Amino acid sequence: MSRIPEAFADGPAFVPYLAAGDPNYEDSLRYVEALEAGGADVIELGLPFSEPIAEGPTIQSAVVRSLEGGMTPRRFFEFVEDLDVSVPLVCMTYYNLIYQFGEEEGPRPFVEKAAEVGLDGFVVPDLPAEEADPLRDACDEFDLDLIFIVAPTTKGERLQRIMSQVSGYVYVQARLGVTGAQADVSDQTTDSLSRLSAWDVPKAVGFGISSGDHAERIVAGGADGIIVGSALVDIVAQGHEAGDDPAEIARRLTDLSEELVAGAGRGFAQRVPKAERT
Amino acid sequence: MSEASETDETRPGKFGEYGGQYVPEALMPAIEELTDAYQRYVLDNEDGFMDEFRQRLRDFGGRPIPLQRADRLSERYDREVYLKREDLLHGGAHKLNNALGQVLLAKYMGKERIVAETGAGQHGTATAMAAAHLDVPCEIYMGERDINRQRPNVFRMRLNGSEVNPVTTGRGTLKEAISETMRDWATNVEDTHYVIGSIVGPHPFPAMVRDFHSVISKEAKRQFDEQVGTQPDAVLACAGGGSNTMGAFAAFVPDESVGLYAVEAGGSSLTVDEEAGVAPNSASLSTGTEGVLHGARTKVLQDRDGQIMESHSVSSGLDYAGVGPELAHLVDTGRVHAVNVDDDAALTEFHRLSQLEGIIPALETAHAFAFLERDHESLGETVMVNVSGRGDKDLEAAIEETAKRDIDIAPDMSVFQGAMR
Repeated sequence: MSRIPEAFADGPAFVPYLAAGDPNYEDSLRYVEALEAGGADVIELGLPFSEPIAEGPTIQSAVVRSLEGGMTPRRFFEFVEDLDVSVPLVCMTYYNLIYQFGEEEGPRPFVEKAAEVGLDGFVVPDLPAEEADPLRDACDEFDLDLIFIVAPTTKGERLQRIMSQVSGYVYVQARLGVTGAQADVSDQTTDSLSRLSAWDVPKAVGFGISSGDHAERIVAGGADGIIVGSALVDIVAQGHEAGDDPAEIARRLTDLSEELVAGAGRGFAQRVPKAERT
Repeated sequence: MSEASETDETRPGKFGEYGGQYVPEALMPAIEELTDAYQRYVLDNEDGFMDEFRQRLRDFGGRPIPLQRADRLSERYDREVYLKREDLLHGGAHKLNNALGQVLLAKYMGKERIVAETGAGQHGTATAMAAAHLDVPCEIYMGERDINRQRPNVFRMRLNGSEVNPVTTGRGTLKEAISETMRDWATNVEDTHYVIGSIVGPHPFPAMVRDFHSVISKEAKRQFDEQVGTQPDAVLACAGGGSNTMGAFAAFVPDESVGLYAVEAGGSSLTVDEEAGVAPNSASLSTGTEGVLHGARTKVLQDRDGQIMESHSVSSGLDYAGVGPELAHLVDTGRVHAVNVDDDAALTEFHRLSQLEGIIPALETAHAFAFLERDHESLGETVMVNVSGRGDKDLEAAIEETAKRDIDIAPDMSVFQGAMR
């Protein structure tokens, strides 16, 4: 098995996302490392695709910056090797890039390479469970996790089908729509978490979490982890646009990470009695 | 309408290895709901859906539309040339067949809002007309660059009461507009239907859009029987995403004696600039490779890493990096011939058809006529060209592009240069 389950073993997990190579290779390495300094338990690394249909404007712009900086799948694997972090790493990308990699047809060469550089799993937003068998098989072969997204609209048979395929953690989409930081978190989250309670796999909630207060409420509501992307990508984007020192931008990323971890901790404390029972 | 599905999927949602449903999870329930609605209303005619669709196509759309013998082209090429005049359909292009079908379907499904994307503006215009006709609020996404290239169509959409939202990401063309519309749909999926404009996207769109457009070839078959007494040896249609192409081909696919030619935009060159990530053409059937784009596995213009390329055509209606999965499959199996002509040839035939037949074709359609000009000797005795749309929307682009070239049959362009501003 991958290292991901351990990351959820000890209290709520903080799962930050950044697009690899945003705004450039060197600074991006430092920014990802700043997430671990801030308490990341698992890091989702975006491998940019030219048509990111599940992303909102913030991550779309990050994707464009990264691609313009020369990011490619091969550079991405070098990036992972160059990173000085010890937490598990998940590659978040679109299926076409996985499918096209290497000489052999299908996802296997990509997964093999991912395992070789030390990645632990994948999130592929445009790959529904119905089309996922080839990638699932390759992940099983190389002991990587395949994380699926469950939306507020995912119910009944579809939910069953996805949950029978998922490993590592399930990515609970907090609300409908595309990625993007929100002023508040949604009630749809609670409904989704209660639908998932029968399955013994960590539930990490993402989409719209941007503050310690959000993290607190989400974890108090039963989440095993929080996934935060756009709020962190915003820090990179704003700092880059203002021409700020990368060290200062990295410090802001660490600060927000710490705030989110603290919020998640407060939320967890509110349900400790329940956690002790289980 | 199940008789329309002669070219049907090898298994549900798949055309060989192409097709499928590669979309964000939030959209899957909507896709399932749509698949169910497609089966019930379109294939099974539940609640008389198809009867109402045909009646509205007749009364609002103006069907059936003529199959016309092109006398001077027949003389020029020394064979019988027939034109299927989709340019005479209400709105001036074949697009209404699908837009009317989908907006009506959205009403049957109880959806309260329509979103659509458009490249050249023909699909957006058709959707805006259908939405006004059926009284459904409509928002249309269009690349900023295309908005500048197609101002008359933008005005037509606004006249019909639709909102037009500019898309500024990427190069601001159809590819980006589709991505943006998918994002809107993912956000508002519970009350909104996405009227996709071609035979692309996740199942059931490729099959459903083909079925709505298959009225073109079904009508043509009947008209050939009645007017000519024989079926055509070849059918020519321009191919971007491929909606008029599959519409013109669908009923002929089982009849192997009819040659089917999908004419793509060869642009300025078939060679790809890997470094810049740009294909100076939109010929995904001729030069693309298998990939996953906008919800389906199909042939796409992509670099060796799998990043989708920017495409190019003098005709914004063909300017798309992908193509319908069914066409990709029919090309692989050899049933459809994928051919292409360049910008210059298409623009020349834009002028020739206007002069010889009194029909100003869309720049998309002009590609099919450029192939006829080039390869007519190999096409048999009787040829049908699908006139996918009229060229009024392209006049500004035609003035600009003609002025850049030396086209001997074009009018004296010096007169028009000042009028462009």
